[in-house]
Amino acid sequence: MKTVFLGVLATAGLAAGVAGAATLDDVKARGSLNCGVSTGLVGFAAPDADGVWEGFDVGVCRAVATAVLGDPDAVTFVPTTGQTRFTALASGEIDMLARNTTWTFSRDVDLKFEFVGVNYYDGQGFMAPRELGVSSAKELDGATVCIQTGTTTELNLADFFRVNSISYEPVPIETNAEALQQLLAGACDVYTTDASGLAASRATFENASDWVILPEIISKEPLGPLVRHGDNEWADVVRWSLNTLIAAEELGVTSENVAELAAAPTNNPEINRMLGTEGELGAMLGLEASWAADIIAAVGNYSELFESNIGESTPIGLARGLNAQWTDGGLLYTPPFR
Amino acid sequence: MSTITDPPKPGFRLSQLIYDTRYRSLTIQTVALILLVLAFSWLISNTIQNLEALGKDFDFGFLSSRAGYDINQMLIPYDNSMSHGRAALVGIANTLLVAFLGCVTATVIGVLVGVLRLSKNWIVSRLMAVYVEAFRNVPLLLWIVLIFALLTESTPQPRDFREGGSASMMFSESVAITNRGVFIPNPIWGPNSGILIAVFIASIIGAILYRRYAKKVLFDTGRLLPMTWPALAIAIIPTVLFYFILGRPVSLEYPVLGGFNFQGGIQLRNSLIALWVALSLYTGAFIAEIVRAGILSVSKGQTEASFALGLRPNRTMNLVILPQALRVIIPPLISQFLNLTKNSSLAIAVGYMDVRATLGGITINQTGRELEGMLLLGMFYLAISLIISSLMNVYNNSKKLKER
Repeated sequence: MKTVFLGVLATAGLAAGVAGAATLDDVKARGSLNCGVSTGLVGFAAPDADGVWEGFDVGVCRAVATAVLGDPDAVTFVPTTGQTRFTALASGEIDMLARNTTWTFSRDVDLKFEFVGVNYYDGQGFMAPRELGVSSAKELDGATVCIQTGTTTELNLADFFRVNSISYEPVPIETNAEALQQLLAGACDVYTTDASGLAASRATFENASDWVILPEIISKEPLGPLVRHGDNEWADVVRWSLNTLIAAEELGVTSENVAELAAAPTNNPEINRMLGTEGELGAMLGLEASWAADIIAAVGNYSELFESNIGESTPIGLARGLNAQWTDGGLLYTPPFR
Repeated sequence: MSTITDPPKPGFRLSQLIYDTRYRSLTIQTVALILLVLAFSWLISNTIQNLEALGKDFDFGFLSSRAGYDINQMLIPYDNSMSHGRAALVGIANTLLVAFLGCVTATVIGVLVGVLRLSKNWIVSRLMAVYVEAFRNVPLLLWIVLIFALLTESTPQPRDFREGGSASMMFSESVAITNRGVFIPNPIWGPNSGILIAVFIASIIGAILYRRYAKKVLFDTGRLLPMTWPALAIAIIPTVLFYFILGRPVSLEYPVLGGFNFQGGIQLRNSLIALWVALSLYTGAFIAEIVRAGILSVSKGQTEASFALGLRPNRTMNLVILPQALRVIIPPLISQFLNLTKNSSLAIAVGYMDVRATLGGITINQTGRELEGMLLLGMFYLAISLIISSLMNVYNNSKKLKER
């Protein structure tokens, strides 16, 4: 009894002790950003053949590292599972989490996290082998469903089957890779997760055309980076690093023309404010004046990040859809840089 | 004549607390106690302070809120509209199930292997040595994952059982081995099945009474009545007779392929089987060594004496060696049972929904109550371990050397 209690208290105490307030100063002093990512989801966050992490979520980590430290490679990537991610963030093991995490009320309010924005608007879908002959998720009565445990998809799935009064058998699995292994072995009939994750996973299959993604999207999954509650300066840094990516696309700033645009003030005052040739936005955040220009030079704007990692020219082949700029009928809309 | 003077009244000096052996141990214990209390209060105040800094409170109210997630293996009724507390109970039941199955199987394997390892047959004893060393020296998690992978990769999918498929059911269409688990028939308890169960229990008691009687006859008169087959007959024949007299009250529901999967019957999920088999084989290897040590601890003179009395090797083992070896075997056996129970928390590796996966996994994740959840989990494992060890201690007391 005593040892168990002591152990738990000690762990909780130590873990919480690390979670200081001034994350920005900590990151600067450390010289690297601890960024929580998924354990491996091609296109979003996965190490390449040389062990270098790349992907859409990784891009957000690199953007923040560039803004704070001026170096997109000054990131220590911490792979987290659906179950470990929140503890890692709450305990201070990571400074921010960019791991296709859904923004929900209870995570924002009850779990004491701060979602700084949305970098991908997603929804939960199902993927099944074509030979199963299923064309709708409502035909899945009695199916065995592989699911990543500790995620919102687990709850959505329960709700979906309850609302449609059909039964299913959940197979809880820790990581995406294990789930795919089960699916390929036929140990489950369908796999459910965010539709983007399904597309990314299907792209890694040998015969991608043997798999269908069912038309139903059963939930709203706004995915975005998050930080701990209570450190607003740090939350601002992450929020505006993300906004920079999105605004840069809207304003037509790319990694190619950013050096030219940042060299001297242009005709567009908003571009000037963002790139630091006018005003003091960087200093207000406690960063260099060229922070936003550095981000775009290092990782590109939202569109570049999207197209090079998960866009239609990649094997994952996701269309912009909801993730287009508001001017193009999408949902991406940043507050102005003013 | 000697003058006896009063011995000088020793005044108590502070230095005696350290240098006087009468007081020293007291001093050390007091200091240790104060340090322990200080450490505790520091930990508790630190926890409270940090919880405050995170803006979290300490509250078990989450146990009564809606769980919202589904669990595949349910020994007690549950659905996703029930509470987190209920989900934890489902997990506890699953933990207890696999721990119980594991303990029984591991004991059987351990005793068999432990005895066989001492066999004079070179091949048998070497084979057993290989088994023990292989399982004892490779981490349990690897065995669990390996067995699970074997089960899912090498067995057919349910749809292979359709007409013209490559797989077929076994034992006259009653058992299906698939990559989702093994489906076996489910007994349906019809009317009058209560009587049948009563008859069965009564005949088991009858068999035990018969053995007692045979033993008494043996001790009183020296006449050896046959033990095994009459006891078996008493245990089985009345039940079979009553089964037909009562008009077959118990029927079997066979698993039938329907939709995506087999319907009906009992599904032994691969996660359960993998965990059960791995835990049994792993712990069984340790128990085998304990049994071997126990047997070797009985001096060779006992065997020789028993041979000299004309007992055959089988009887010598059962009547002379094992009863004495048990006294050595039981205490370490208890800790193996405790190990097995706690090791069952590796279940999450194969998606078995034990209490670590429900309360300690999904519930904590959905509610963010890490401290409360982990405390409850720790207390559950503590309680179950204490119960197991106290039950085993009762057994140990009944087997230990009676001193008169």
